[in-house]
Amino acid sequence: MTAVAPTAGAGVPISPAGPSLLTRAHWAVTDTLTITRRNLLVWMRVPAYIMFTVIQPVMFVLLFRYVFGGAIQVPGVKGGYVNFLLPGIIGQTAAFATFGTAIALAQELQKGVIDRLKSMPMARSAVLAGRLVADTIRMFITIVIVVGVGYAVGFRFENGVGLAIAMIVLATVFGLAICCISAYTGLAIGDEESVQAFGLVWLFPLTFLSSAFVPIASMPGWLQAFANNQPVTYVINVMRSMALGGPIAADLWKSIAWLAGIFIVFAPLAVRAYKRAS
Amino acid sequence: MSAPGSSPAILVEGLTKSFGEVRALRGIDLSVPRGTVLGVLGPNGAGKTTAVRILTTLLRPDGGRALVEGYDVVRQASAVRRTIGLSGQSAAIQEELTGRENLEIVGRLYHLSWRDARPRAAELLEQFGLSEAANRPAKTYSGGMQRRLDLAASLVGRPKVLFLDEPTTGLDPRSRLGMWDIIRSLVAGGTTLLLTTQYLDEADELADEIVVIDHGQVIAAGTAEELKGRVGGDVLEFTVPDRNRVSDAAEAITRIGEGEPHVDKETGVINVGVGGRGSEALVEAVRSLDAAGVQTQGLALRRPSLDDVFLALTGHAAEEEEPGGGKRGKRRGRGSGDSDAAKAVSS
Repeated sequence: MTAVAPTAGAGVPISPAGPSLLTRAHWAVTDTLTITRRNLLVWMRVPAYIMFTVIQPVMFVLLFRYVFGGAIQVPGVKGGYVNFLLPGIIGQTAAFATFGTAIALAQELQKGVIDRLKSMPMARSAVLAGRLVADTIRMFITIVIVVGVGYAVGFRFENGVGLAIAMIVLATVFGLAICCISAYTGLAIGDEESVQAFGLVWLFPLTFLSSAFVPIASMPGWLQAFANNQPVTYVINVMRSMALGGPIAADLWKSIAWLAGIFIVFAPLAVRAYKRAS
Repeated sequence: MSAPGSSPAILVEGLTKSFGEVRALRGIDLSVPRGTVLGVLGPNGAGKTTAVRILTTLLRPDGGRALVEGYDVVRQASAVRRTIGLSGQSAAIQEELTGRENLEIVGRLYHLSWRDARPRAAELLEQFGLSEAANRPAKTYSGGMQRRLDLAASLVGRPKVLFLDEPTTGLDPRSRLGMWDIIRSLVAGGTTLLLTTQYLDEADELADEIVVIDHGQVIAAGTAEELKGRVGGDVLEFTVPDRNRVSDAAEAITRIGEGEPHVDKETGVINVGVGGRGSEALVEAVRSLDAAGVQTQGLALRRPSLDDVFLALTGHAAEEEEPGGGKRGKRRGRGSGDSDAAKAVSS
């Protein structure tokens, strides 16, 4: 411990002009992958994180399948409530997975990790990009697990493999869009507890006041007005049609418009909050 | 200050920064020659961390300029980042990952290949006495070990200039001494170091030059010895066990010292600068206190410490209570007669 003798100035030679555009682009990719790897390692090391991201959605499946499901009527749905439920649960799972994004960014901000990374010669975009990539991978794994559990309790894709895959892709893209909102809230609020509380305030109504768990026709009129016209409903309707059959086009365009809108607004907001964050 | 022909490693001119109404930096000048240690000393909220954040490109200054190894921290920020290392107050390590993983990932972020990052991590773990703990999650480390790992991470890129922002705050005394050894050996290796601290003994131990910052301004600069010289000669110090007699004691020695004595009513400690009249003042003090009928403990002359310097320069002690309420003061409480203490020096 006493024999610390680093040779000062033996690092990579610095050209005042800085690295070329190509080198910087290469670094942006490798740095993003490094941060992704780091985030996934952390996720796998903490049992509580795995609990939160995997066990909780599985419990939701079982709860709605066996406890509430018997009381919920879904006339005309092939395969009954379990088939109605699964696309909804998957959408909700993708949205809730972004809790982790907001909390992790707020923690890193509070602990000074983001500051430290910003003082390094790494690509500045990589912290945020690596977070989004890691969380999307995490979300994808969770979705696949929920589909597996769904199959065990009676869910079946009724519309072919191609559209089943399309449904999972749509759910992941939807989750990534919500991830941008969560990343923004995490960085803008910057305090773990507040971020958690705020997440409940917007994520719960957005997912539960939708077509995810019950047919919207069973809600009171004033609630239908909201539930029928919000993005989660559009996305879940499309996912349900992809899984079970039914009209796709109309709600697909609305979904794409909403998701594009969310990316256009919240991705730059998240980047700005990251740049300002200290 | 610097050798002729060699530009300083850190050069700061007229640096200003405000956060809304709060003027964190009101025009700071610094010059740190290569291979030397600058100690930036000041209480919480003095502007130390703001200065470090500007120098490490984390914050843009409002005015003035700052160069690190000749690179402008605003216009050539990425060149600065390739030159520096930063180790902050909070351990910026990922606690769930092992010490080795933490350093390897940092190596990758400094754009070392895996082939270079792995041996570099192993080398640093060895140097910092963390080899045995290398494969344990960092959250199982002691505070001192975490701080060493954090410092090791800041050295992965072999920085020419290292910034240590309060490297020993919150460490137990033994870990502090260990950290000092490490810092000394870094400097012996030729690294330029800027170290912020609120511990006067730390600046005294480690720094070649010291600047004292208070309320966003440099209020004094020089070597530890030069700063001690500012107090002017020896200090007479004693404790009054009976707290009710503290003010009587202070009155008894008022004529003896140069300026007003500094009184800490809580601890009963009184001290006063006596200039060059050391032994004469000591005798007078004994007589005077005896005549006043005040009992004292540990009456003695001593060389001024940086504590005395800080008190003399700012009118308050260096180690204040933190805003959060956590107490960090070691030897001295808050200066009670603030303006008096300030007068004592200016006269």
